[in-house]
Amino acid sequence: MDKMPKWVDVILTPVISLLLAAAISALVILAIGESPWEALKTMVTGALGSSYGWGFTLYYTTNFIFTGLAVAVAYHAALFNIGGEGQAGLGGLGVALVCLFIPWPHWTLALLGAMLGAAAFGAAWAYIPAILQAKRGSHIVITTIMFNFIAAALLNWALVRWLRPVGSMDPASANFPPSTHLPKISDIFARFGIEWGTHTPANVTFLIALLACVAVWLLIWRTRLGYEIRAFGKSETAARYAGISPVRITVITMLISGGLAGLMAINNVMGEAERLVLNSVEGAGFIGIAVALMGRNHPVGVLLAALLFGFLYQGGGELALWTSIPRELIIVIQALVILFTGALDNMVRMPLERFFTARRLRNRA
Amino acid sequence: MNDTVTKAGGPDSAPQSIPPAIELRGISKAFGPVQANRNIDLTVQKGTIHGIIGENGAGKSTLMSILYGFYKPDSGEILIDGKPIQITDSMTAIRAGIGMVFQHFKLVRNFTVLENIILGAEDGPLLRPSLARARKRLRELAEEYELQVDPDEAIEELSVGHQQRVEILKALYRQADILILDEPTGVLTPAEADHLFRILNGLRDEGKTIILITHKLREIMEITDNVSVMRRGEMVASVRTAETTPEELAELMVGRKVLLEVDKTPAQPGKPILEVRDLRMIDIDKVERLRGISFDIRAGEIVGIAGVSGNGQTQLLEILGGFPEKGAKISGEVMMNGQPLALNGRGSDAAERRERGIGHVPEDRQDEGLIMDFPAWENVSFGYHNAPEYSNGIFMDCAAIRADAEGKFQRFDVRPPNPELAARNFSGGNQQKIVVAREVERNPDLLLIGQPTRGVDIGAIEFIHKRIVELRDAGKAVLLVSVELDEIMSLSDRVLVMFDGMIMGERDPETTTAGELGLLMAGVTDRDASGRDGITPAHRHPADHPDEPTAKPEGQA
Repeated sequence: MDKMPKWVDVILTPVISLLLAAAISALVILAIGESPWEALKTMVTGALGSSYGWGFTLYYTTNFIFTGLAVAVAYHAALFNIGGEGQAGLGGLGVALVCLFIPWPHWTLALLGAMLGAAAFGAAWAYIPAILQAKRGSHIVITTIMFNFIAAALLNWALVRWLRPVGSMDPASANFPPSTHLPKISDIFARFGIEWGTHTPANVTFLIALLACVAVWLLIWRTRLGYEIRAFGKSETAARYAGISPVRITVITMLISGGLAGLMAINNVMGEAERLVLNSVEGAGFIGIAVALMGRNHPVGVLLAALLFGFLYQGGGELALWTSIPRELIIVIQALVILFTGALDNMVRMPLERFFTARRLRNRA
Repeated sequence: MNDTVTKAGGPDSAPQSIPPAIELRGISKAFGPVQANRNIDLTVQKGTIHGIIGENGAGKSTLMSILYGFYKPDSGEILIDGKPIQITDSMTAIRAGIGMVFQHFKLVRNFTVLENIILGAEDGPLLRPSLARARKRLRELAEEYELQVDPDEAIEELSVGHQQRVEILKALYRQADILILDEPTGVLTPAEADHLFRILNGLRDEGKTIILITHKLREIMEITDNVSVMRRGEMVASVRTAETTPEELAELMVGRKVLLEVDKTPAQPGKPILEVRDLRMIDIDKVERLRGISFDIRAGEIVGIAGVSGNGQTQLLEILGGFPEKGAKISGEVMMNGQPLALNGRGSDAAERRERGIGHVPEDRQDEGLIMDFPAWENVSFGYHNAPEYSNGIFMDCAAIRADAEGKFQRFDVRPPNPELAARNFSGGNQQKIVVAREVERNPDLLLIGQPTRGVDIGAIEFIHKRIVELRDAGKAVLLVSVELDEIMSLSDRVLVMFDGMIMGERDPETTTAGELGLLMAGVTDRDASGRDGITPAHRHPADHPDEPTAKPEGQA
């Protein structure tokens, strides 16, 4: 029997956790002599108050959806993939190669090609830790985090030695040709004569991220592969009893996970920068862990959590721009959100469970 | 109802001057909508062995957990030695003199006996004085109650029977006057169980009070002074053991008449289905778990494998089922329907075994047979999830699986009949019915079935046994592994006894005795020794005595 109604579990609990995180953040802001109310107002107006703000928020959200889904899928197989940062970085390399070296007639084809490149490179980067775990028992947490560093070094080398245009001092690839430029959300709105989010990086990748949420939901809860992934995640012995190969599931799950992380590059490399730069992922791979944690590894949860973190990212930028609150503070706020929604989840959940159990008993009596 | 049965409460025989060791009055406890205990009264007299029996989910364990401070009752009071007491946690219970021996031992496996004994009862920050004191006390206890264990042996080196002794010693070391044992004989050989009963009798004679929770009627009749029966959260009867019969108790437990014997006709064995030749298995620690096993199972017969758990039966089932331990080296030859089965590498996995017509009800349904967090309907296709009737392209055919689940629930009387509920929310018996329904209804040529009725209530045991016999009568082969001798003897058409990775011998269940099987289970093939009561005094687990000469199967020099 469930201890409490479902809405309490999936909505009330995270909302209370968020409010607690907000309350403590407010105290921190008070302590440095600023007004928490003003800070909140700046963040909300900056991130959600205009289509301009939304454009940035959705751009960040798109990144976090991909990396969050990557962590969530792996989690269902009880694999903790914290290598999203490196996989997304390699995905960027894939996108860059596809966009630079293949002449694309139209952006739609370029998008499909780049998606393949991004997913393939991200998946390949996840494949090595997966096979090490499946065959040799090297723990995937250790290997994926180490692979983040290797990815960073590899990208550095590729950009400096190889992709950097002759004569350029900047460790970045050449600009992608215009035929690979993705339409921005503002362009799509402009077609209907609506001015929305002009000069913001939000692009069609956001729609692909939404599709990815649906696809992941279908994969996990409707396909036979997803069933095997979940079964393996719950009990390896039981999976073996059912004829599910641990090696196969570990590898396939990590390929999907790495592919999802890699797909993020469509958004930041192809959609926004339109070239590959150093450290293009900017920590989104790690935020993905928090997003999956908060979203309880469910695509809808991941989407909502990604929105929240997108808001925090964009709002935090605004905070640094318009107030004297240092940009670092936003990291404190993000940390508090992660702490309360992820690590201290039970602190809120247990009293709620007790409350609702008691209430139900009273109602029945 | 018989008039020796008093409705609730205990037999009021003790002189009024001695208050009962335990008195429970009107204890109720609910978990959400489930009323686990309803208005329970129980009186346990000092210096007696009091049995509590009931089906799984009858509320025995909940009641004992309340007594041990794990749960707080919703209402009711507890009196220890006539004094009311609030038991808020296990420390209070221990201080009140209550000790508990759990079904699953709570021991640190790589600590020594002595370290386990003092764990949580250290006298100070330094261990040496505590250890020295414990060593002295342990020697006294060992002499007093026949509870010999080597204090410096690590727990993982001990047999299950000895581990249980450590649990009892732990309670006694904490000065327990009241000892609660939860299904203590589930893991023991008959001889180990006899030894345990001798210890319990000794403890009772010293004035200790013992509560024995079990679902085995034979044990209740053998050792208890009084017995209380629980059914669906209520205490339905408390009687003096001498004044009741197993039949009466079984009827009280289940609420209807129960067939204690399996009703079956003689087997009509046909052609061999499974042929095993010289099967060997060496595990990842280089321990030889199976040492050259050969046997046949023919169509239309049930072959039972008796043995104390840990003598290779698990490995045998796992190899035949296609999921041996990782890193195991397997050799030998296995033929299924005349075609060889791959034992290693490609084609040796459980999916392939199912294709070849081998169904498997695993020994551990909670860790292997079911995914406890999955809804029951998803468990109905577990292992067969790639079968065409359950699939729809790359998708699961959820509607088909649900429909099948509903049918299975009806045919196997799974309760509650709600396939949306997670497997963990079903009682042990109903979980097992889900697994049995899944495997039996695939109509396998060979059914492997391990511990079919472990932790399963009497009503469900009867049902599961009937299904197994029906499968046999339909001309299928069944390999039954069980540590319950009664089950092996009543269900099997042939009995093989396993000890230390070998088959010690074969017996006809019609003509053999529990004593004879018990000897083989202990590795004794010397026919002369079986003359007495069937159980050698030196009956011990091989792990206790690695230096002794290895046992030899019958017919080998």
